[in-house]
Amino acid sequence: MTVAIDKQKPFRWLLVAILLVLAAGLSYAVLSLPAQSPGLTAYVAENIKTSGVSNPVTAVLLNFRAYDTLLEMGVLLLALLGTWSLSNVPEQRAASPGPVLDTLSRSLLPLLILVAGYLLWVGTHAPGGAFQAGAVLGAAGVLLLLVGWYPGTRFTGLALRIALVMGMGTFIAAGMVFMPVGRRMLEYPPPFAAALILLIEAAATLSIGITLAALFLGGRPEKGPQR
Amino acid sequence: MAAVTLLPSAFDVVLGFALLWLAWRALASPDLFRAVVLFIAFGLLMALAWVRLDAPDIALAEAAIGAGLTGAILLAALARLKPKKKTKMSNKKYNESAIHDRGN
Repeated sequence: MTVAIDKQKPFRWLLVAILLVLAAGLSYAVLSLPAQSPGLTAYVAENIKTSGVSNPVTAVLLNFRAYDTLLEMGVLLLALLGTWSLSNVPEQRAASPGPVLDTLSRSLLPLLILVAGYLLWVGTHAPGGAFQAGAVLGAAGVLLLLVGWYPGTRFTGLALRIALVMGMGTFIAAGMVFMPVGRRMLEYPPPFAAALILLIEAAATLSIGITLAALFLGGRPEKGPQR
Repeated sequence: MAAVTLLPSAFDVVLGFALLWLAWRALASPDLFRAVVLFIAFGLLMALAWVRLDAPDIALAEAAIGAGLTGAILLAALARLKPKKKTKMSNKKYNESAIHDRGN
């Protein structure tokens, strides 16, 4: 025991030294920031009319910096692929949710779906949007899995995979649809921007929700007919 | 009057220290279940901090993803870790049945 501690000691001091350097660097960075920095707020405010939405956060996420959001969805998909490559869905225990969870889930599920739809819709002019709505939808899926529901094998094959990539697929398709008429990728002409953003967000919400619920499942669902 | 104007900043200070304390407790706790619960509490307070920083979008995402779903996923992972640690017997049984299935 003492040997282990003795061996750890130099490592610990090294850790302390590294953390101190990191803290000093961070303090320097924070202290050297200008007190008032307008950032890109003015640019966003100037161009928000052309973005198709009136919420500046959504305008940045889905229009001005749409590439970042597209890659973020790719990261989420990669996380799920990583989980799937590790294992299959663990053996299902016979779930007995009990009266409280059962009743609660019955009344909560429609509400969660409604809230997800609301967050998606409100994202164009107030805080909200695809990721938040998708997270609420994912929570609904987690609740369903907790009370013992399991998707039938009909849905876990191709249907699930299509649902998972639908968000990214729609995003890329919407980003490329105006390329033949001389627009750059992910550049939407202002008259179509609002509709395109809503379409992308709707598809992304579904995909994000299903991806998060599938992450909670903890593995690749078995394909039905082959087994 | 001064007390009223001081209240928000006092709240911010308490919030900041509570976040640091929760983060430390979550990292240092030897009991993994307790660490996960502390992490969820950390996520909720973090969402509150984002609200205080006038970033309701991030607060929504933090509460839904950071606290809610990540917490649920961590708890699910914890539930899968436990049986392996507790008994080797059930593990062995599982392997045997797996071999049996393959034989079929």
